[in-house]
Formats: sequence, structure tokens, C-alpha cells
Amino acid sequence: MARKNIQLDHRVISDLIESKSTVLDLGCGPGDLLYLLIKEKKIHGQGIEIDDQAIYKCVAKGLNVFHGDIDSGLAEFSDKSFDYVVLNQSMQQILHVDKVLTDALRVGKKVIAGFPNFAYYKSRLQMFFQGKAPVTEALPYQWYETPNLHFLSILDFKKYCRAKKINIQRRVCIGQNHKVLFLRNLFAQVGIFLISK
Amino acid sequence: MQVTFKRHLLSRRMNKENKIIQNNKVGIVQAQVFTFDTLKLENGEKFGPVTLAYETYGTLNPEKTNAILIVHALSGDAHAAGAHEHEDNTGWWDAFIGPGKAMDTEKYFIICSNILGGCKGSTGPASINPKTSKPYALDFPLVTVNDIVNAQKRLIDHLGIEKLLAVVGGSMGGQQVLSWLVNYPHNLRSAVPIATTIKHSPQQIAFNEVGRQSIMADTHWKSGNYYDGPPPSKGLAVARMIGHITYMSDSSMADKFGRQKKGSAEPFKFTADFEVEGYLRYRGDNFVKRFDANSYLYITKAMDNFDASGGRRFEEVLRGTKVKVLVISFKSDWLYPAYQSKEIVKACKLAGVETTYCEIDSTYGHDAFLLEVEEESHLIKHFLKKVFYAYEVTGEYGA
Repeated sequence: MARKNIQLDHRVISDLIESKSTVLDLGCGPGDLLYLLIKEKKIHGQGIEIDDQAIYKCVAKGLNVFHGDIDSGLAEFSDKSFDYVVLNQSMQQILHVDKVLTDALRVGKKVIAGFPNFAYYKSRLQMFFQGKAPVTEALPYQWYETPNLHFLSILDFKKYCRAKKINIQRRVCIGQNHKVLFLRNLFAQVGIFLISK
Repeated sequence: MQVTFKRHLLSRRMNKENKIIQNNKVGIVQAQVFTFDTLKLENGEKFGPVTLAYETYGTLNPEKTNAILIVHALSGDAHAAGAHEHEDNTGWWDAFIGPGKAMDTEKYFIICSNILGGCKGSTGPASINPKTSKPYALDFPLVTVNDIVNAQKRLIDHLGIEKLLAVVGGSMGGQQVLSWLVNYPHNLRSAVPIATTIKHSPQQIAFNEVGRQSIMADTHWKSGNYYDGPPPSKGLAVARMIGHITYMSDSSMADKFGRQKKGSAEPFKFTADFEVEGYLRYRGDNFVKRFDANSYLYITKAMDNFDASGGRRFEEVLRGTKVKVLVISFKSDWLYPAYQSKEIVKACKLAGVETTYCEIDSTYGHDAFLLEVEEESHLIKHFLKKVFYAYEVTGEYGA
């Protein structure tokens, strides 16, 4: 598959990861990101996923995956078991997100967190002018069907890291098909952070 | 909506694969035997001669890298696939073994042997003791799961296979898989323990003990020396009935029988009124025709005594192994509950073993490992493919 046809967030994450490293993908879904990382970066990958249909797809791709929830699945790994722990588009759906991030920073030498930016300007406009809970490309759900439990902005995550003394090593903010370099918290749909403790 | 659609696609694909599966059969197979002089048992005793009955399907490649050992459960035997000449009964895992199936006989060489202590062609308590020219009965040594596996290793050596592609088995077969993983990590590339446990829980031991007590309470048992008279059929049948209850689930029983009553009116108060009663009696009566009561005692004892960790922490036992592992459990299995499989997975995680785990959504209970063909086949097939082609990642379902 041509690289330009691959999801932008996956390309960004692949660029953040060093070749031949070990990666734990929390909430790996059907395994597209792990598959890309193995192809592009020759990583040694492991996924955790709750949905059995997604597990079958991972196995068909030849991936290693554990069936289980992120909250309890992470605690069983010993310290620094992986070079990277990835939480891409799964962090906002985890019940005890603070505990999971703390654990992820224990299990991985570095953590990559990717999440939809709630402060994206379209969300703000919908809230302000239409008075409704926002529905955007990055947050495509109606309030009654969303799997998201937490709604955070890029700024929120920066403040969280500061409060918890987490180092932000890299931050990439993206819109639909491009990186956002200016007024990120306003124009980015997704924030991807490379952090470490 | 999108998820439902994707599920539909996957399930359609699986159905398509299954249709191919149904048309592909192993065909006529023949049982073979391998005999060797002595086996050193775990308790230090030397025992022999030992005969193992086994069957093979498919062809061993010249490099001898495509051999898969199937290990059977409590009441299983070497006849895992295909049919014997002039018989209709296909092997106990026929749905999984054959051309195009999970264990593809066009790619792999499959071996299945009856366990030591069994009664289907391998040396067990019903075999003739060469010293006395009578059946061993209770003179047969108390063999362990590790002894059973050590005997299998001799067969694998005899077949000239240094490294197995995989060892696959469910329930007690899963215990043997774990024993292989612990004792012969250098002789296998992957292990697939299904619906099994590192060690039996008190509940599992309790059910086995009721089965054993039932056999030993039968007046025909005579401390195991029944081979010249009627066997303890009633006792063994009841043991099997208890077994069957634990192999099913509340919902699979409800689906299968409901509270349906049987038609026949027998002149007795405690006749089998309900379908489920008739089924259990039928299963029990059928079992005694093909199984030896003493084997049942020995094998269930081996299962209860088994502890793959050997009293250590299981992750310490596994540390450093290069074997790839696929662990499978089933949601409604209450005899070997998913938490026991997760303990295996946890140890693999801590030991850094390359592992995949899936809890299949099934209502069949413990029996699911024999019946959940679609999902289980999908997992095993792709896992074996990955191991066989040495970590080749394929994009079959790629987005």
C-alpha cells in the first residue's frame, strides 16, 4: 500500500518510533497500526484488544494480541517491558485513564498517546452557535452512542503532563490530511504526544 | 453499523472457508503402533515395555519442519481425523484436520497418539503385564502427565522429528501441551494450549474424585481386578454422566434439551422422564463400551496431580523460551474457566514469551473446544501459518 494512503495518525506514529524496537499497542483494534510498524520499522509488536472480531483480524495478519481490557491487561507487565506503549484513539475510552497512563509509563520506556482534540474550532463553533454536543470527523459520534468517556483538548493533555511531571518529548498535531503547526489547540483534530517519565 | 457490516464480512469469509472445509476429508486412515523397552517415570521407576498407538495425516516434508503433534483429552484416542476402513466414525477432531482445514494436511504432517495409561491401543492398566501374563490392573504405575509426554517424545524421536512445528490440544490435551512447553522447549516452535490450566483447582479435582468414587463403588470393580468378569459399567457410566454435565453449560443444555420429556412410559417411578436424563444415560452406557474404568482412574489422577509450574512461579519456568504460544479459552466454559487460561497468558507476558490469547464467545461450555469450529479454526490456522513461515506478516484482512 502506498504510504500516502495510510491513515495520517499511523504515519505520524510510525515516524516517532525507532526501528527494531518493542511496541505494546493498547486497544490495537484490527491491528492496522501494528501491521504498519512491523512492515516499516521491523518492530516486535504486541496488541491488547477487547473486541473478539478485531482479534480475529489481528491473528489473520499474523500479529500477537491479547484478548482483554486495557485497564487490567497492563498491570501484569513488568517495568520497562517495552520501548513504546501506544494508546492511539483508545485513551479517551478508558475508564481509569490516569491509572492506565501511569502504568503505561511504567511498562514502556516511552508512551505515545493519540486522541481527538475536543477544542477543535468546529467543535467550539457547534457548541457556541448551535448549542449542541459537537460531532466532527475526529469525534464522529452522537452523544448517546459515543464510546468516548473523556473529552480533552491538546491543552488539557499538556497541562496534565505538567502536573504529573511527565516529559513531553514530541508533539504532533494533525488535521484531516495535514500537520497543524499554528494555533494547534484550535485547528488540530488529533493530538499525538510522545511522552516519558 | 460499520462494525456490524465488518462482522458480517468476516463471518461470510469464515463460512466460505468452512464450506471448503466440509468438502475436504482426510480419507481412510490406519492406526500404527510404536513399542520401546523402558520409560523412566517421574517417580524414578523404570517401566516397560511401552506401546503407543498413533495415527498420522499428511506428509512429513524432507526438512522435517512441518510436524504437528495433536494431544488428546481424557477420553480421546489416536484417531483424531479421517475414518478407519469399513467404519463411518470420523476422528474426534476431524473438523480441524484435513486439506484446507485449520491443521492443513496438504501443508503439515499431523501426528496423534493415544496416551500412556489409556485404553485405545497404548499401554495402560488393561494391557497384559509381561511378568504375570495378566492385565496390569492396579499394578500399573501411577503415571503423570509428564510421563505421558515423555513417552510421546520417544515416538517423535522415533519418527525422526527433532523440532515440532506445534503441539496442540484442549483440556487434558492442553495440560500435555504445557508439559511439552516446559520440558521440551527446544523441540517445538509453538504451543497451542486450549481450554486448560496450569494446575487443577479444587473444583476440578472434586468432579474427578466423584467420578473415581463412582467407579470404585461399583461391586464389579473388585479393586481393579475385573478383567476376567463383568466390568464396573454402572460406576463408569455415572462417572461419564458427571463428566458430560461439566462439559456443557447451563445454556447449551437448555438449548439442547429444554424440559422436553421423553415419550416412553416405563412402569417405574424414576425412569428417565426428561430428554436430558435420557441423553446422559445414553452417553454413559455408550462410554463403557469403549473405555476402561481403570484407565479413567489413572488418567483423572494424572490430571489432578499435574502442575505445569512444578511448584515454582510459572513465568520463571517459561523465561527465555523462544516457543510461540496461542492460548484459547471459551466464555461459557465453567470447568476450565477463562481465568485459568489468563493465568497462562499472564505468565507468558511476564516471561516475555510471544503470545496470542483469545477468549472465544461460545455457549457450548467446555465442549466448545471440540465444537467451536469456525473461530477456533481461524485462530489456529493463521497462527500456524505465521509460525511455519517464520513471522511472515500477511495483509489478508488489511484495511
